[in-house]
Amino acid sequence: MADGEEPEKKRRRLEELLADGMAVDGGCGDSADWEGRWNHVKKFLERSGPFTHPDFEPGTQALDFLLSTCKVLVIGAGGLGCELLKNLALSGFRQIHVIDMDTIDVSNLNRQFLFRPKDVGRPKAEVAAEFLNSRIPNCAVVPYFKKIQDMDESFYRQFHIIVCGLDSIIARRWINGMLMSFLHYEDGVLDPSSIIPLIDGGTEGFKGNVRVIIPGMTACVECTLALYPPQVNFPMCTIASMPRLPEHCIEYVRILQWPKEQPFGEGTALDGDDPEHIQWIYQKSLERASQFNIKGVTYRLTQGVVKRIIPAVASTNAVIAAVCATEVFKIATSAYVPLNNYLVFNDVDGLYTYSFEAERKENCPACSQLPQNIEISPSAKLQEILDYLTNNASLQMKSPAITATMYGGNKTLYLQTVASIEERTRPNLSKTLKELGLVDGQELAVADVTTPQTMLFKLHFTT
Amino acid sequence: MFQEKEVCACIWCKVGENEMSGKLLFGKLWGDHGQEALESAHVCVINATATGTEILKNLVLPGIGAFTIVDGNRVSGEDVGNNFFLQKSHIGQSPEKLLDNDPSFFNRFNLVVATQLPESTLLRLAEVLWNSNTPLLICRTYGLVGYMRVVIKEHTVVESHPDNMLEDLRLDKPFPELTEHVQDYDLEHMDKKDHSHTPWIVIVAKYLTKWFNEKSEQLPKSYKEKEAFKELIRQGILKNENGTPEDEENFEEAIKNVNTALNRTEVPRGIEELFNDDCCLKLTEQSSSFWILVRALKEFVANEGQGSLPVRGTIPDMIADSSKFIKLQNVYREKAKKDIAAVGSHAAKLLQSLGKAPESISERELKLFCSNAAFLRLVRCRSLAEEHSPNSCSKDAIISHMDNPDSEIVLYLMLRAVNRFYKQHGRYPGVYNYQVEDDIGKLKSCLTGFLQEHGLSVVVKDDYVHEFCRYGAAEPHAVAAFMGGAAAQEVIKVITGQFVIFNNTFIYSGMSQTSATFLL
Repeated sequence: MADGEEPEKKRRRLEELLADGMAVDGGCGDSADWEGRWNHVKKFLERSGPFTHPDFEPGTQALDFLLSTCKVLVIGAGGLGCELLKNLALSGFRQIHVIDMDTIDVSNLNRQFLFRPKDVGRPKAEVAAEFLNSRIPNCAVVPYFKKIQDMDESFYRQFHIIVCGLDSIIARRWINGMLMSFLHYEDGVLDPSSIIPLIDGGTEGFKGNVRVIIPGMTACVECTLALYPPQVNFPMCTIASMPRLPEHCIEYVRILQWPKEQPFGEGTALDGDDPEHIQWIYQKSLERASQFNIKGVTYRLTQGVVKRIIPAVASTNAVIAAVCATEVFKIATSAYVPLNNYLVFNDVDGLYTYSFEAERKENCPACSQLPQNIEISPSAKLQEILDYLTNNASLQMKSPAITATMYGGNKTLYLQTVASIEERTRPNLSKTLKELGLVDGQELAVADVTTPQTMLFKLHFTT
Repeated sequence: MFQEKEVCACIWCKVGENEMSGKLLFGKLWGDHGQEALESAHVCVINATATGTEILKNLVLPGIGAFTIVDGNRVSGEDVGNNFFLQKSHIGQSPEKLLDNDPSFFNRFNLVVATQLPESTLLRLAEVLWNSNTPLLICRTYGLVGYMRVVIKEHTVVESHPDNMLEDLRLDKPFPELTEHVQDYDLEHMDKKDHSHTPWIVIVAKYLTKWFNEKSEQLPKSYKEKEAFKELIRQGILKNENGTPEDEENFEEAIKNVNTALNRTEVPRGIEELFNDDCCLKLTEQSSSFWILVRALKEFVANEGQGSLPVRGTIPDMIADSSKFIKLQNVYREKAKKDIAAVGSHAAKLLQSLGKAPESISERELKLFCSNAAFLRLVRCRSLAEEHSPNSCSKDAIISHMDNPDSEIVLYLMLRAVNRFYKQHGRYPGVYNYQVEDDIGKLKSCLTGFLQEHGLSVVVKDDYVHEFCRYGAAEPHAVAAFMGGAAAQEVIKVITGQFVIFNNTFIYSGMSQTSATFLL
């Protein structure tokens, strides 16, 4: 069939293929959409249906919106991010911005398929954008090689929808907080134009979840903080080049050094239950840890790490990113009612999905607009407030900085992130609130990496 | 055309040049042996549309050895390692032609994935593969609906990796070596450091003895008894000069673990079922090592095991100094080794009686089997023919599911209806806008005909007929991507023999973001 195929037939077959959205025309394509390109998508936008969203109106305007106007931000260009970008581009989205602070590591190549060995060392966002823009005609992906915290309010406000493929709860909470800060209420009524929907996907081995967050209307990340299990998975890129914890050192030895040195004979696999094996890993981990001035590598930790790491697999990322992209599509086009609002997926035993409506928390620190109260005795020490901020399940702050407005100015009561200030304010931790001059009804301003906005807490003294 | 499809399939996945071997990256997911199985596998994917290529991408990325694409009029072979190879003798063959002229073509594969195929071709293909015992995975994207059907006569799983695995500590039935080891501890006369670093397993065992002497001959079972037992342990925490309890984390661990540590050691029901399965009872020369080992396991349980499976040999991490922990760990490990040897000896006798070489079951295989003895799984699928024949279709199951008229089963019924439409009209409903309205009526009669023929007295809402016409057999990328991930992982499960496949029909609805598995 290939040889001697008429050019016209060939052209039509090519159109068919491109309409699938899967083929590419070899690189530089012309700027106009070819006929049939969006046939699959159009069927959902130009036809009425019995299950469409009540606001849906069939016609050409939805596709036009996708192709020319809709601006989507993809946060993360890793395992989920690559899938998200592909899915969105092949669903009609064109103005896609992507932000990622990482560079490509060789360990990424087994699932982050927009990257090739020659790209190792380059920023993920930039390579992803290049790949998509050169292969999918008319796609305009804009990359940002930045941390999400580097971008300001005006950056995030420009998007219609934001979708995350992050590996960090802190980052999720941060972007959640940012979007909550945009909410505008007039006479107690939420202004819908201040809402930017957030679709959040996460994976861990064979498990994954997707949530649709409509700020001010559905549960947000903070509302359901208790849902997040303690994180015990480590990205390979961290292990290979940027270790921060003793666990990362151990993983490095297990994954890279062991196969390289084959200490118990060629082809002998690491047995997490063999004490001699663990001892070897432990010693080498100590060596690696000392290279990076990391403390805490113990025998026990070594064994714990060796048996508990959950690596990432392409199939789970594919599933979760697909669900996310479908939701982005639904919200952008009103084609269907979006997921309300949390889906979990697990394919260890068969395939299992479960969707439920996560509930808003009445006094959520991020989205409830209610002041946060702390009931405490005036003779309690500041340390107690610090402990509360870090240990409370609904707050889970990392290194909060506490300031109070006193005597007409702002007094920093305690701050950890700058060594000199930490030293200066440390004695305050052992002082009582009364000694520090705090009064009943006092407002404390708390800043932390988990939130872009300063959080206000009101002190209510108990007797 | 061939060119584009080839590029199509490979656009997302040129990982041949990857420097990091799959074993390093996936060793933790499915082990080196799993990765080896994946890297030696050769899979056939029929139709490289969005669905097919997404499945391929998700197989190529983790390192599948080779894949062959059969598409329309083309057959193309791809060796992901380094070379592209073409099976020239098959160029110009569609799957239908291959079934006509050379059905044995499909025997070379570890598994065939069939996407976006008409029902008639599927039935033919399924028959060929059923007879040659080649696993088949059918996968389809239709509008916002995803569908998968796995067709494997028998699939056994040793490493099912269950999510919530209870430890095998034998505290209710301690083996002699464990009892001996525990006896060596004298909690009353240890120095503080040793006391605080004694493993909780030893503590529970010690206090069980105390419990038997002082309170009851029976294990603590009820909530009240367990609480009393916990209190007994709590009394054992060292106190300082003032009488306040010291901070002994290992004792806290012991108390926390009482709830699960005293569970009865017994052979799970699923394993008993395996013991009673014909394949175990009637071993032949053709029996797989799985069934031979099941039989050996059964004989172990009846003899050396004294009613229990071999000791697993692993213990959870716990607060203890290295030396104490390692010593205790070794007690379990040594016992496990003994039990494995006993199972192995039964296996050797069975192999001999079957006229098979003793090496046909490796030490490694034996070890893996024994440590997973409590988690063995068996999946047997009904053939596609059985599902489709009105005499043997799962009438009752379908009718019962349709008690909820919006159950995902209705999407399955609609897919069967559109298949019938295709058979009658040579096309799918609603592909072009002008067809949608008229096709609704036509599709409805196809549906009615199908339901009647199969004795399915159910009512399908008209909305679903309308929706399926609306889909116009579209293959939206996001749904193809979902199915691509789902299907690829099932393929990996079959090839690695790890984790458990679904049985036997999976439906995904992108509209409601729900899914369901049906046994049809």
